[in-house]
Amino acid sequence: MEKRVTFRGWWLPALLIAPQVLISAVFFFYPAGQAIWQSLFIPDPFGLSSQFVGLGNFEFLLSDKFYRASFATTAVFSILVTLCSMIPALFLAVIADRLIKGSGVYRTLLIWPYAVAPAVAGVLWLFMFNTRVGVVSWYLGNLGYDWNHVLNGGEAMGLVVVASAWGRISYNFLFFFAALQAVPKSVIEAAAIDGARFWKRFWTIVLPLLSPTTFFLLVVNVVYSFFETFGVIHTITSGGPQQSTTILVYKVFSDGFVGQDLGSSSAQSVILLIVVGLLTVIQFKFVEKRVHY
Amino acid sequence: MAREIHGMVEKRGAGLWLTHVFMILGVLVIFFPIWLAFVASTVSQPEIVRPPMPLLPGDRFWENYSAALFSGVNVPVATMLFNSLVMAIGIAVGKIVISLLSAFAIVYFRFPGRNVFFWMIFLTLMLPVEVRIVPTYEVVAGFGMLNSYSGLIFPLIASATATFLFRQFFLTIPDELAEAARVDGARPMRFFWDIVVPMSRTNVAALFVILFIYGWNQYLWPLLITTDPEMNTIVMGIKQMFPSGDDVADWPVIMATSILAMIPPVIVVVSMQRLFIRGLVDSEK
Repeated sequence: MEKRVTFRGWWLPALLIAPQVLISAVFFFYPAGQAIWQSLFIPDPFGLSSQFVGLGNFEFLLSDKFYRASFATTAVFSILVTLCSMIPALFLAVIADRLIKGSGVYRTLLIWPYAVAPAVAGVLWLFMFNTRVGVVSWYLGNLGYDWNHVLNGGEAMGLVVVASAWGRISYNFLFFFAALQAVPKSVIEAAAIDGARFWKRFWTIVLPLLSPTTFFLLVVNVVYSFFETFGVIHTITSGGPQQSTTILVYKVFSDGFVGQDLGSSSAQSVILLIVVGLLTVIQFKFVEKRVHY
Repeated sequence: MAREIHGMVEKRGAGLWLTHVFMILGVLVIFFPIWLAFVASTVSQPEIVRPPMPLLPGDRFWENYSAALFSGVNVPVATMLFNSLVMAIGIAVGKIVISLLSAFAIVYFRFPGRNVFFWMIFLTLMLPVEVRIVPTYEVVAGFGMLNSYSGLIFPLIASATATFLFRQFFLTIPDELAEAARVDGARPMRFFWDIVVPMSRTNVAALFVILFIYGWNQYLWPLLITTDPEMNTIVMGIKQMFPSGDDVADWPVIMATSILAMIPPVIVVVSMQRLFIRGLVDSEK
């Protein structure tokens, strides 16, 4: 889409666009270029010189069992976070949608967790499940279950998943609720007159009508669990125990800043870049589709 | 009126109560972590370290919150709150200003290289800061911007979401307005200030809410570039309050800090709910 009416001149628009271009160049394009460039080198241990290795860093990464494990961890993590945040949100939205009065109050209350930073959410859940003082872990202990996410990788994964999904329930709820309110009531009533019970109507009419929203949320939540959950992982488990919660973004950080392995960290950045690119393409393809919907 | 006709697919009587019960249960479960943090911020350390801790607030609210605000663990929490505020507002205002200007240039001018710039900005949509942390850190360190507000703010406004949003919105402004302005001999900047900016008010407000939360909740970036506790933001500072090794964490103060860290974004989201939901829906499109 283009404007019919435009202004003339080139120095004014150049001036207007300059701040954004400058900031993008310095803090975006240059670092992104550096990441790609550095991924082709291996620096010596003292950081004085580096040796060109071509795709060596990538070859090494793809054959590295820790990196492959991190890929698998990320896949499991993001699928679980997506499911654990979407299913409860859909459930709550369906219930809220049946209320004529009061749904606004519930919505106001349910928005809260979205405002809580992932890192703070991490601290809250860590506190509840802390092996020494946690209330939930204490009651679990009374029930005969010995909770210890510091040693047990599965429990650590469960905890970071729940802490990451918690705030996203609010987000997904808002989108599902808005979509449900937009479902034409006449369609539902027609089905009700034909004798379809609530759950029957839900599965055969409401859920299919929600599919654009559901698909959109699927992509957005996967992106979230890939990139924005660093705070949760760092506060609760620091990637442990035995790297069982080291997702890809966490590994870029720990190899680059803690391990000072710049070549490998940059190569990991480039791989993530490709992943983001793919996810973005999927998202845009979907947006296009929705326009024709 | 329409409501009554629709009554047959909405619940009444026992079903209605059951629906409320489910809803309240859901809210309680979702709220439990926040409630527990609040309770922990009002009791004493011994009450917490001998589990189970109480589930109702204690009487040490003022002691714990003033301890957190004015002495903290490494640095007073008041300082961290101030840093977070500067960072969040800096990111929100900075991003809105540069995007309004560049979106105006892209929509209302035809200049050489316009499409190149457009695609350049488009590319920045794709790469979150988490992915380019090491080289971005080097750039910021090279400028001597570690432990500074500009170091906290600038790298996070280098993305194009807001520019896109404004571009989409500007395209919906009727051409007649620009035509009239041109006939009246108004200069482009006059048109920008008198027509475009006032018309964008709601979009600006909605975007401000979203960007404020985004800036306030940043974790990794402040963690990397603020080594001086005086420059810590509150969200990253909480983790720094945990002792290394086997010492017992000062839970009441840490939990008071967690509550303080969530109050500003919660106030923004709840009080500007409509704008917030609108901003959320718009910026994800």
